[in-house]
Amino acid sequence: MLSSHPRLRATLWRVAQSIPVVIGVVVISFLLTRALPGDPAVYFAGVAADAASIEETRVAMGLDKPLPQQFVLYVGDLMRGDLGMSLSSGRSVVDDLANRLPASLELTLTALVLAVVIAVPLGVLAATRPGTWVDHLCRVVVTAGVSLPTFFTGILLIYIFYYLMGIAPSPLGRLDFIYLSPDHVTGFYLIDAALMGDWETWRGAAKQLILPASTLALFTLAPIARMTRAAMLTALSSDFIRTARAAGLSSRTVLYRYAFRNALLPVVTTLGMVFSFALGANVLVEKVFAWPGIGSYAVEALVVSDYAAVQGFVLAMALLFVALNLVIDLLYTAIDPRIGFDAK
Amino acid sequence: MTAQTSRRNFLKMGAAGASMLPFLRAMPAGAQGSDTLVVVTGATINSLDLHRTGTSRASYQVGINCYDRLLTFGTKEAPGGGLSYDYTVIEPELAESWTESDDGLTLTFKLKPDATFWDGRKVTAQDVKWSFDRAVSVGGFPTVQMKAGGLERPDQFIAEDEETFVIKLDRPSKLTIPDLAVPVPYIINAVEAQENATEDDPWAMEYLHTTPAGSGAYKVARWTPGEQLVYDRNDAWVGGPLPAVKRVVIREVPSPATRRALLERGDVQVAFDIPDKDAAELAETLDVFSTPVENCIHCLCPNFAFEPFQDANVRKAIAYAVPYEDIFQAAAFGRGLPMYGGEEEITDIAWPRKTQYYTDLDKARELMAASAYPDGFEVPLSISLDLASWMEPTALLVQEALGKIGITVEIEKIPGANWRTAVLVEKRLPLHLENFGGWLNTPDYYFFWAYQDGHLFNSSNYRNEEIEDLVNATLHMPMDDPEYAPKIKRMFEIVLDELPRIPLYQPALNVATNGAEGYEFWFHRQLDVRVLKAV
Repeated sequence: MLSSHPRLRATLWRVAQSIPVVIGVVVISFLLTRALPGDPAVYFAGVAADAASIEETRVAMGLDKPLPQQFVLYVGDLMRGDLGMSLSSGRSVVDDLANRLPASLELTLTALVLAVVIAVPLGVLAATRPGTWVDHLCRVVVTAGVSLPTFFTGILLIYIFYYLMGIAPSPLGRLDFIYLSPDHVTGFYLIDAALMGDWETWRGAAKQLILPASTLALFTLAPIARMTRAAMLTALSSDFIRTARAAGLSSRTVLYRYAFRNALLPVVTTLGMVFSFALGANVLVEKVFAWPGIGSYAVEALVVSDYAAVQGFVLAMALLFVALNLVIDLLYTAIDPRIGFDAK
Repeated sequence: MTAQTSRRNFLKMGAAGASMLPFLRAMPAGAQGSDTLVVVTGATINSLDLHRTGTSRASYQVGINCYDRLLTFGTKEAPGGGLSYDYTVIEPELAESWTESDDGLTLTFKLKPDATFWDGRKVTAQDVKWSFDRAVSVGGFPTVQMKAGGLERPDQFIAEDEETFVIKLDRPSKLTIPDLAVPVPYIINAVEAQENATEDDPWAMEYLHTTPAGSGAYKVARWTPGEQLVYDRNDAWVGGPLPAVKRVVIREVPSPATRRALLERGDVQVAFDIPDKDAAELAETLDVFSTPVENCIHCLCPNFAFEPFQDANVRKAIAYAVPYEDIFQAAAFGRGLPMYGGEEEITDIAWPRKTQYYTDLDKARELMAASAYPDGFEVPLSISLDLASWMEPTALLVQEALGKIGITVEIEKIPGANWRTAVLVEKRLPLHLENFGGWLNTPDYYFFWAYQDGHLFNSSNYRNEEIEDLVNATLHMPMDDPEYAPKIKRMFEIVLDELPRIPLYQPALNVATNGAEGYEFWFHRQLDVRVLKAV
């Protein structure tokens, strides 16, 4: 069956290739967390702990066992889908990730959609009209987006739209406290609320998303706009465009059917990269908007050497990137049929 | 906890509050309801059970607001405005009355007959015994804190009958009664907890971690770690006057700038534990309470394990070189109390007290010249990245000042997770900043932790035989004992002369309110929501 579906086979092969990567991540994240400075037993034993209570805490956390034994226990738990307990949040890491990863993804994806909707047309327009005001606008937006740090943009937006004008909702996380979070299906509030048909909550969640997503979008649209413009310029000056124009095709067809499609490849690549760094870089946005996302979770866990949480975070991110790479590769083949899996 | 609160129910409750909440911007500020308050804080509540390993400080508030103790402290006017708990006044909470035997070894408590848990069951002495047994048995912080009051073993606690609870002590101590009013010895619904205990978990740690079972003024209606905690009032509470506010929402907002914007806009009524800088700036427009934290001092600690600091002249030179006022302004923005420029002669036993030192570089240079290190030396000054907001400006000012007397200081920043190990457990940092604060507000308790050899907060490796004896003698001695005051004064004299810790200033806990009143400072530095009122 597989032989008749080359794409499915290739996909499975790519998934299989990622297994060693994941194993490597498990080993490295385990060793790296242990190599972190600091003694979590001391930290979690509390403010007035004496030597005996620190030792008790160490035993309770299983840190008194030799490292290889700890690793075997960890892998055993992992096989059962148990990522351990996070001491800093007091819950199982699986629960934490199930709550926080969707929060971050919802924010990042919304921001990315927003960024693409603005950046790609801007880039295309700038490339087709170089030297005009659109091109200059593109340049200004790109420069501003890159040079303004997200926490600054975030605080600035809060100051203007919430503090001064009072049109944005309170920056209190994913939902104002008068709403109840929708039943957990996907963890994306917008999707979950829509599934329940609870449009009041949907609006509440959407309102909360606007400022943080704009902040993040402003930061991410810069590389996308830049890349779109450059790729479009290259594509527009290629031979096949000249041929197409000479053949008398309408400028619309030339632009969108030929030039844009060819320019998409680097844009998609950039998009993948932007997505991965945005997911990590939105820590600051999360802090400013009290967004209960994965970035702030990981940073807090790192600060207190919360091993289970850090390992869970690294593993989740690794799996996410493996999946992301796969999706991007599949997108390549969809955009450009000349690229096949077999070629690689 | 969420089982009883159905979604529909909660929405209804939420909707009832919503019409009065400032969420609707069209509502004039004066029309806000008095039944809901919103509090923002930067800290995470990671457990609803204080006795659990790894429970964060911010979680202690659940122990305070949702559970009762036998006793509590009274209330007084706080220095710097607002109210404060009163260490000298003990009031009943779940106990109706109590008696102390003549030898001070037996404490007998009568429980309030009408006290009930949230499930309606009467609070009995068996519940108290089980809760105390738990606190001394689970290990870690609760056990250490119980021990401070001489409460160490389950056999010390006896449930005589349903309403009579007896504590047998090994030795009388003035710390026992106050230690019963700290957050740790709270009373749990033992029947409910035992129903949910397992063989591996006899103290129901897993159950109580997420499901409080108490008799306190508020129940937890909803808890989302990292986001919010919602308290709903328990109308059957008998531990004190019924709180004015029906529902309190604790919202976690990590960014101080966002917390400030929310408070200034009036969308939240209380911002708890705000930075000194915001407190100083908001004080003009809002109600800001900056209460000096009792029995807590920010110190510069020269470690005796580092050779130059064994020289008394060097330590004194540092004490005269430190720019106290600049530090107080730059690190604390003037919130709290300065700790310099006091009288050398010790006439009272108030602690923290102003030291006899002040900034005088000439004197510092003279002392350096008289020391064994006239040409100075190099030393790292260690600070914690977690506490950088006050440690960093302080360290920079100390670095600059010590440079002027020939001590070359290099600032070493240590990650938060590593800090406690390095400074308190290994005690290996030659020069560092430290900020111990004792829950029980007596000088001997502070000295016990911070000046006795080998104790956790004695990060300077200080040992003085006379201090050892004096602390041992005063720790359990009643404060009205005629020998107490002279001994305490002698302790002050010794450590302020020998300077294993150079007091910089007494920090403040800052709370700002906009539409709430009744805030009260507590030694545990957590918010007691029971006394808050909406305005």
